[in-house]
Amino acid sequence: MTHRLQPSQYAILLAVMLTASVGDTLLSHGMKQVGAVDLHHLSLLWRALFNPFIDVGILLLIGFFACYMTALSFADLTFVMPATAFGYVVIALLSRFWLHENLSLYRWIGILLITSAVGFVANSPSRTEHPTLDQMDSGLGR
Amino acid sequence: MTAPANIVRSWTCILFVSALAITGECLIAAAMRRLGDLDRLRTRRGLLGYLGPIRAVLSSPIFLIGALCMALNFFAMLFTLSIVDLSLAAPAIGSLTYVGNAIAAKLFLHENVDRRRWLATSFLAIGVVLVSR
Repeated sequence: MTHRLQPSQYAILLAVMLTASVGDTLLSHGMKQVGAVDLHHLSLLWRALFNPFIDVGILLLIGFFACYMTALSFADLTFVMPATAFGYVVIALLSRFWLHENLSLYRWIGILLITSAVGFVANSPSRTEHPTLDQMDSGLGR
Repeated sequence: MTAPANIVRSWTCILFVSALAITGECLIAAAMRRLGDLDRLRTRRGLLGYLGPIRAVLSSPIFLIGALCMALNFFAMLFTLSIVDLSLAAPAIGSLTYVGNAIAAKLFLHENVDRRRWLATSFLAIGVVLVSR
């Protein structure tokens, strides 16, 4: 009962892995440029919307939600979860190679564990089948 | 407040945030699962065709309740961060959410969470804690 995912579905999972963390990183970078927002300067939030980093970050996060929910429509939640967790790995790698931060041994081991988890589920059926439901289903889209 | 009462309050908040996240994500997963292949719902070719799936998603009550849970989760997280350090809250909530998601998916979504997926889930939970150090 192995379900082979189509290339487009693998692309969606890859997008899930990348968009959330890159989007958050861009938002963080953009907000640092905008400066500290407080209750007396809420207009700064409006100005923030014109910052290119923030705009791209918002677009990526919208993309993340779209891809995440599309992935949930064809795969189990426990199949998609490791893909979302991989965002932690992306953030750690970005901080190491873009911000030149030093990563502790614990962090590298954590990265290894999360990557292994992704590998474990990637080679397994993506979707639990329910035979009775399948008989009622016309089978469109599969 | 005494120290033990502080710890109880912190972990209660952490558990509450996790519970909201688990509920929200499972509801959203259930809603998307029912909708099935989103390409079927596209009304026409091109970008405007995606209005069909978007409308179907937004008119699913299960999805709306799930989204509400995620919104509550966001605000509960903000509140928790005001009383708990981020360095404790983030990995704790992350790990609990992953493990809880696996359990809830098995019980409520009837997913086949076999030994491989349990192993992957425990890897995720430990990995999330380690990555924060």
